[in-house]
Amino acid sequence: MSSSFHVAHHFSDAEQQRESAKLGMWVFLLTEILLFGGVFVAYAVFRVWYPDMFYNAHKALDVTMGTVNTAVLIVSSLTVALGIREIQLGRQKQCTRYLLATIVLACVFLVIKYFEYAHKIHLGQLPGKFYTFDGIAGTNPHVFFSIYFLLTGIHAFHILIGISLLTWVMIKNMKGHFSAQYFTPVEITGLYWHLVDLIWIFLFPLLYLIG
Amino acid sequence: MNANPSTVSYLEDKKGIWNWLTTVDHKKIGLMYLVLILGSFLVGGILAMLVRLELISPGEDFYSADTYNRFFTMHGVVMIFLFIIPSIPAALGNFVLPLMVGAKDVAFPRLNLASWYVYVVGLLLAFWALLYGGVDTGWTFYTPYSSEIQGPVAMIGLAVFILGFSSILTGLNFIVTIHKLRLPGITWFNMPLFLWGMYATAIIQILATPVIGITMVLLLFERLSGIGIFDPSMGGDPVLFQHFFWFYSHPAVYIMILPAMAIVSELISTFSHKKIFGYKAIAYSSVAIALISFLVWGHHMFTSGQSRFAAMVFSFLTFGVAIPSAIKVFNWLATLYKGSISLETPMLYGLSFLFLFTIGGLTGLFLGTLAVDVHLHDTYFVVAHFHYVMFGGTVVAFIGGLHYWWPKMVGKMFNETWGKIGAVLVFLGFNFTFMPQFIAGFRGMPRRYYTYGEEFTVYNVLSSLGAFLLGIAFVIVGINLVMSLINGKKASKNPWKSLSLEWETQTPPITENFEVDPVITHGPYDYDKVEVQ
Ligand SMILES: [Cu+2]
Repeated sequence: MSSSFHVAHHFSDAEQQRESAKLGMWVFLLTEILLFGGVFVAYAVFRVWYPDMFYNAHKALDVTMGTVNTAVLIVSSLTVALGIREIQLGRQKQCTRYLLATIVLACVFLVIKYFEYAHKIHLGQLPGKFYTFDGIAGTNPHVFFSIYFLLTGIHAFHILIGISLLTWVMIKNMKGHFSAQYFTPVEITGLYWHLVDLIWIFLFPLLYLIG
Repeated sequence: MNANPSTVSYLEDKKGIWNWLTTVDHKKIGLMYLVLILGSFLVGGILAMLVRLELISPGEDFYSADTYNRFFTMHGVVMIFLFIIPSIPAALGNFVLPLMVGAKDVAFPRLNLASWYVYVVGLLLAFWALLYGGVDTGWTFYTPYSSEIQGPVAMIGLAVFILGFSSILTGLNFIVTIHKLRLPGITWFNMPLFLWGMYATAIIQILATPVIGITMVLLLFERLSGIGIFDPSMGGDPVLFQHFFWFYSHPAVYIMILPAMAIVSELISTFSHKKIFGYKAIAYSSVAIALISFLVWGHHMFTSGQSRFAAMVFSFLTFGVAIPSAIKVFNWLATLYKGSISLETPMLYGLSFLFLFTIGGLTGLFLGTLAVDVHLHDTYFVVAHFHYVMFGGTVVAFIGGLHYWWPKMVGKMFNETWGKIGAVLVFLGFNFTFMPQFIAGFRGMPRRYYTYGEEFTVYNVLSSLGAFLLGIAFVIVGINLVMSLINGKKASKNPWKSLSLEWETQTPPITENFEVDPVITHGPYDYDKVEVQ
C-alpha cells in the first residue's frame, strides 16, 4: 500500500490503524453520553418534582436565539461532513474551506450563547444561591437555572474543545498531512463534532420547548 | 541504535529517566504505574494501621475522633481510587495484555502514556489534599455534609474526577486493542481468560466512570457556586447524589474484582497444569457481571428512603449478580479437580483468593437481603464483607499476579521460600484482621467511629493484632520482591510452564515484544494437547 508511511509501527496496515482510531472515538463518545446522562437525570428528577416551576421558568429562555443556534449547529454538522467527503476525494483545499466554515459556525453558536448568558446574568436568573430574579412563579426556580447553566455550560465547554480540534486538523490539512489515503484525524474529529451537535439537539427541546 | 536490537530487553533498550518518562512502550508504562500504585498501597496501608491502632482499645487512645475520621476517609480514598482501581488493569494489564494478543503495543500508545500522566496529576492532588489535612466525609462524600464542611473536599473531588479520566483512557485502549490488535489465530474464544476479564472491566470503566466524573463536577459546583441540586434546604435532593455515586461505585467494585478473577483464571489453570474447565462459562460470566453490575446500585441505599418496590428489585438483582460469580468459582474448582497442582507462590495467592472471595461473596448476599441489611447496615459486618472482596479478593489476586508475571517483567526470580512465607502470612493476617469484624458487626458494632462499647473489645484487639501481622506480611513480600531485583536468579523464558502467549517471548521481552509475529499453534489452556517445554 502506498499509504504505509502514516502507519504506526504497532499496526499491521493502514486499515487496521483507521479502524482502531474510529472504534476508539466511538468508545470515547459513549463516555460523553454517560457524562451528560448524569445531568439529564438530574433534569428529569427536578422536572418531575417541580413541573409547574419548570414550565414557568423555561419561558425566561429566548426561543428565537435557541432556534437559530440549533440551525447553526445542524449546518455545522453538514459542513464538517462535507469536509470529510472532500478529503476522501483528495481535495485538500475544499476540505480546508469546509473545516473553516464549521469553525466559524461554532463560533457563531458561542457568540449567540454569550448574548443569552449575558442577558440572564443581567436579570439575576442564575443558578442556586446566585439567583436574584423574582418574576418566576413556582417553587425553587433557581433549580431550573442550575440545570440550565450546567447543561448548556458543559455543552459549551465541549464546543470549545471541538473548535480546538477542528482548528488543529484544519492546520494539519493546510500543511498537507491528509490525503485520500490518510484522513483519520479529520474523520474522528467529525465524529466528535456530530456528537456535540447531537447533544444540543436534545438540550434544545428539553430546555426551551417545555410544553 | 544498538547493534542487535532484536534481542535487547525493553529494560536495557533506551535507558535513562527521560526515556522512561517519554516512553510509549506499554511495558514501561505498566512498570511506571506499578511503582506509583504500590506507593499508594503503602500510604493507604499506613493509614489503615493508624486506624487499627486507635481501635486497639475503646475510647480516645492516640489521637482525636476528628483525626480518626480523616484517617479512615483518606484510607478509603487512597486505597480505592489510587490503588485498587488502577492496580491490575493499569499496572499488570498494561504489561501483559498486548503480549497476550501478540501485539507490539496497545492500540494508542501515546494515549496510554497520557493516562499515566493524568493519573500522576490525580495522585498529586489527592496527596496534596491529604497533607492539607484530608477530609472526614468517608470515601462516599455524601451530601449535604460534603458540600458544606470546611476542608479540601473540592480538591479530592477533582482528584477523583481526574483519576477517573485516567481509568477511562486505560479501558478505551484495552477495548480497542482486544478488538483490533489480536494476531490472526487468536480468536475471541481462543484468547486467555485474562483478556475477557480485562474486556469486561473496560466496559465498566467506559460506561460507569463518566458518571462519577459528572457527580464530582456537580459536587464541585455545589461547593464552589452553591447550585443547590444536592442541597435539601435549596430544593435539591441529597439522595440523588447517592444514586449518582453508587451508579458508579457499585460497578466500580467490579472494576476492582473482575481483573482479580481474570488473574485467578490464569493462575488456577497454569498451576494445575490442566485445561481450564468451562472456558465459555467463565468468559460469558465476566460480561454478565459487567452488565448486571449496572443494575444493583440501589442495594447501598436500602436505608436511604428509596421506595420499597425499588428496594425489592435491587435486592433481587443483587442476588442475580452473585450467579455469574458463583459460576466462576465452581469452574475454578472443577479445574483444580484432578489437576497436577503445584503450590508455588502465585498459586498460594490464587487459592487464597478462592477461599476469601467466596466468604466475601456469600456475606454480600446477607447484605443484599432487605430485612437482614436493615440490621447489618453501617456495621462492621459491611466493613468485613467488602474487605473480604476487595482485599481478600482483589489485592490477594493482584499480589498473586504480581508474583506470577514478576519474572517476565523484571527478568529475575524471587525467593520461593520467602514468597511462600509471605503468602501464608498474608492469608493468616488477613483472616485474623477481618474475621472478628464479621462477629463484631453482627453484634451491632457500628462502623466509622473511633471508639466502641466494651463488649466489642476482644474483636477489636484481635483485628488490630491481625492488621499488624498483615503489615509484617507485606513487609516480607515487599523485601522479597526488592531483593529479587538485587540478587534474584535470572528468570527463564517460561518459569511456570504456562501455555499463554506472553511466555513465548524472551524474558524480559524486547521492546517490540516478539521478534517475529508468533504463529498460533495452540490455545492458552491446551495442557491436554501440548507438552510445555
Ligand atoms: Cu454494591
